[in-house]
Amino acid sequence: MSERIREKLNILADAAKYDVSCSSSGGNRKNDNKGLGNSHTSGICHTYTEDGRCVSLLKILLTNHCIFDCAYCVSRKSNDIERAAFTVEEVVELTMNFYRRNYIEGLFLSSGIFKNADFTMERLLKVVKKLRLEERFNGYIHLKTIPGASDELIREAGMYADRMSINLEMPTESGLKLLAPDKSHQDVIKPLGYVQNQIIQFKEERKLIKSVPKFVPAGQSTQMVIGATPETDKEIMHTADAFYRNFSLKRVYYSGYIPISNDNRLPILGSQPPLIRENRLYQTDWLMRFYGFHVNELLNDANPHLDIDIDPKLSWALRNLQHFPVDINVAAYRVILRVPGIGVGSAKKIVQARKFGKLRIDQIQKIGVAYNRAKHFIKCADTPYQLKDFQSTQIKSFILAESQSKYIKTDTSQLILF
Amino acid sequence: MNIYVFDGSFEGLLCAVFEWFERKPGEIQLKTLDTYQPDAFSPAMIIHNDQQKASRVWKGIQSRLPKNWIRIFYCTYLSELEEAYAALFEFSCYIFSNPAGAEKNYGNKHVLTLSQTARKVEREKHRMEAFIRFQHTADGIFYCGIDPDFNVLPLIVNHFKNRYADQQWIIYDIKRHYGLFYDLEKVEEIAIDFNTQKTALQSSASVLSEKEGLYAVLWKDYFKSANIPARKNTKLHVQHVPKRYWKYLTEKQA
Repeated sequence: MSERIREKLNILADAAKYDVSCSSSGGNRKNDNKGLGNSHTSGICHTYTEDGRCVSLLKILLTNHCIFDCAYCVSRKSNDIERAAFTVEEVVELTMNFYRRNYIEGLFLSSGIFKNADFTMERLLKVVKKLRLEERFNGYIHLKTIPGASDELIREAGMYADRMSINLEMPTESGLKLLAPDKSHQDVIKPLGYVQNQIIQFKEERKLIKSVPKFVPAGQSTQMVIGATPETDKEIMHTADAFYRNFSLKRVYYSGYIPISNDNRLPILGSQPPLIRENRLYQTDWLMRFYGFHVNELLNDANPHLDIDIDPKLSWALRNLQHFPVDINVAAYRVILRVPGIGVGSAKKIVQARKFGKLRIDQIQKIGVAYNRAKHFIKCADTPYQLKDFQSTQIKSFILAESQSKYIKTDTSQLILF
Repeated sequence: MNIYVFDGSFEGLLCAVFEWFERKPGEIQLKTLDTYQPDAFSPAMIIHNDQQKASRVWKGIQSRLPKNWIRIFYCTYLSELEEAYAALFEFSCYIFSNPAGAEKNYGNKHVLTLSQTARKVEREKHRMEAFIRFQHTADGIFYCGIDPDFNVLPLIVNHFKNRYADQQWIIYDIKRHYGLFYDLEKVEEIAIDFNTQKTALQSSASVLSEKEGLYAVLWKDYFKSANIPARKNTKLHVQHVPKRYWKYLTEKQA
């Protein structure tokens, strides 16, 4: 018995690991029925794998049998791998026992499509219902919406899940058509829109009637595979931006493609996953969501790609030197936020602290600003007067000379010869 | 410079602030009884704890600081660092001698020390919430022994009480020799006599429930399967899970 469950867990956890999302934040389920678990607003990462990714949820597939044949996926129909399927009881038992030992924050349940969408969604729903109703489990549940499942099933699932997600897979429609001819972005947009409408509707009702149940309280997210098809960074981020705006998503995840097949439409086996690019995309994502940047400022027709050697905020600043230097003792919060080397925390502290007197360089450094980078763009109370104006290329070389990039050593991308 | 010596308790710290305002001796040094070394040139004063004085100071602090700063103040105290005690003392004097809102002055070094120390403590608290691994014992109690850098048990009580409301559990601080026991109704403070440090951290197989071994193995398997070898990044891994915490983690045991 225990051997079989170990085998299944290995197969189905292995197949689920390419889904990047593992966040457990945003839930607000309280343990008010003396059951097990309550959510932690900011989420908890219980451990990290050796590749440095957080493990917060028990992330598994219900089964890796699948009727689709998407080139980028390990569980595709034509791939010769071991197949397995959990029973509903097995998933529930694993989740409960892992949770009781404080191994996990909850469950991330996805599945290959077997038979059809509704049949799969129904099985997922069964697991969630058993956890919530029979086991009185109040931990976090992230559920995959199965494209093509009926609205009633999705609606019911939303009553028990904290977050629902559905993957866009490829940033553009043409990329998706190339690798997964059976799928289209429309399959994703429809359920995303449906869940979003339901969230709004339930919220409205809750304003009037307190006892209306929660519906997907932690919102929706999606994921794009990058580097499998030749999209530019601009196309990727503009797609992400549109989805953030149209579906009020909590997160868009970018997953650097890891070569898993010999398909000639895809990067060859053994090529390095695009880790730096992935990192830069996440930085851009953060700038859009927390730093008040518009996607067009960071990526436009003149700059369709993000710089690899410097981060997108610095690269924006170097392209727009006319906005600098910023006097941190008078500038508005949103202007200070745009200075490379100053984050949200430091910007807030600066704005509060300057009410008590003009801030000097040493104070700025102690507050936590990356001063070596920021010094080219700010003026403090005791910044020496400078006649010379540096060019952006000069500033860039100063900063690069002083910084130790964690990437330069591992950068092995090959040059194109012809 | 005068030296104030207090016993390291929260009450003592507040009394020191009271005594300072009564005497106004100018700059002083604050020491705890454990670390105090007599100094030929600086007169020392032993602070005697007095509940009334302490509660007056505490009321004053509470009326002057917003809620989140009360938490910062308390967290800083729990760090148990000598510098932090001194910073708390200076900070209190600073708060009392300036108009309301003075805690927002991040240019002041004591304000900054407090906010930074509290962050460290909160980080340790969060790590304990993440890295504690219960072991199910044969008598049905979920047990975990820890030795956190700071005294964070008071901060994690509510989290664990709310979360594991339907199971009995014990979290034991091996370094500070006290623990928390939840008996399905309330949390109590307990002290256990362990033979060795090692048994306190990892219970031997004989006292564990029969299924415990299976779930530990399943968890280790899961941890291995979730890893993507092509993305290996040891530096990031160690940054997120510093090596001093590995002894707690089931998935890191051979």
